[in-house]
Amino acid sequence: MSEMKKVSLWVVVNGVVHEDLVDPRLLLSDYLRVNLGLTGTHVGCEHGVCGSCTVLVDGASTRSCLMLAIQANGLEIHTVESLGSPDQLNPLQKAFNEHHGLQCGFCTPGMLMTATEMLQKYPLKTDTEIRELLSGNLCRCTGYQGIVDAVRECAHKRDTGEITIQDISPRIESSL
Amino acid sequence: MKPVPFNYLCAYSLEEALHHLGSNENAKVIAGGQSLMPMLNFRVVQPSLLVDISKLVELDYIKEVNGRIDIGALTRHTTVGSSELVEKYLPVMHEALKHVAHLAIRNKGTIGGSLSHADPAAEYPMLSLLLDADIYCESSLGERVIPAAQFFAGSLSTVLNEDEILTKISFPKMTGNTGWAFEEFAQRDGDFALAAVGVLLSKDSEDRIQNIKLAAMGVGETPLRLTGIEASLVDKPYTDDLGVAAAQSLASTLTPNTDLHASANYRLHLAGELLKKTLRLAWNRASAEK
Repeated sequence: MSEMKKVSLWVVVNGVVHEDLVDPRLLLSDYLRVNLGLTGTHVGCEHGVCGSCTVLVDGASTRSCLMLAIQANGLEIHTVESLGSPDQLNPLQKAFNEHHGLQCGFCTPGMLMTATEMLQKYPLKTDTEIRELLSGNLCRCTGYQGIVDAVRECAHKRDTGEITIQDISPRIESSL
Repeated sequence: MKPVPFNYLCAYSLEEALHHLGSNENAKVIAGGQSLMPMLNFRVVQPSLLVDISKLVELDYIKEVNGRIDIGALTRHTTVGSSELVEKYLPVMHEALKHVAHLAIRNKGTIGGSLSHADPAAEYPMLSLLLDADIYCESSLGERVIPAAQFFAGSLSTVLNEDEILTKISFPKMTGNTGWAFEEFAQRDGDFALAAVGVLLSKDSEDRIQNIKLAAMGVGETPLRLTGIEASLVDKPYTDDLGVAAAQSLASTLTPNTDLHASANYRLHLAGELLKKTLRLAWNRASAEK
């Protein structure tokens, strides 16, 4: 196959500016994992069904396997690495831990990024609403109950003021 | 990397996008990418050039114009789903949007993309038929308007030419006394429908069905208007038995496919149940014309 012209990419990932020359066909998921070494983003089905590669693009949850890296040009990406750290989990990650919202952990980064947007933008007053918004993320271990419990608890704490939106938002702010 | 190698150009005006599309062989348009990217990853589509129109903010709008609601091709599902104009003037679309895809897909996917992709089990193509929408597209030669009834050519196929970009879809507003309903069955919230039915109707001063429009999806190669059944219901007062008869006549109207997700018979059964339910709901919502 003929050589294709590389394109220049300027993107902010977890607050850090990256400038690169990339193949047009490079997926955002592969750019994050292979080029940047951010392997917290998991790649499952690679056609938009499982949700494990979900990241935030300009604050909106997005399948990184259904976006070309070059389409992120000029945009801001947050991956699971921008939430809490292993020795200091954020309240959402803590709730997943306490409610057994994960077992093998494969779906967890996608679940966390989806739940992060949900907590920022949606009322989450009922389990029906929580389940509908999580329905794009597959989990094959937990049966979902623990995940729903974790999100419900965070939504409740958010509404009572026990935690703030900042507590459950990406911890690395943009340097821009 | 899953897709075949291709070149990439990002357009910053519609004119620029049309130029790229018109002057390159085997070029494809990408916007939200929620239908095209899976096809690229599977290599079902192997373009030599992708023209990215996702930065054309001028195609991202919902406007009220001369009794119609115009939606720009680049408008995301999330935007349409939360639009007050859509909720007020196209309530059937507002209802149907609750079934469109999942959060992350809704954040990126566009109305123009859904229509151009023409999945027979997707909501927008069916809604465009139900609501008699006009679909606007442009090429470097100019603009043309295609009525939704003439737009879908087959499964994942439309009458759009390779050098054309869908730019706008224009819906006539629903009138206040229109009865409407949309019901869908899918295996998981947000997945493609196994079957869905939409109904618009009005009730005349003698309590009879008028102006009825029926559309179904997931049960054929394209979304379908059920014009034969529409004609059989006009001028009749609604009864549950009338709904049952309409549902029975689907068997001679539809030829759904059997696939991994459901058999043809099951889809037919679902369509019948959904038709009965939507007819009753639409009738109860309609208020009599004065």
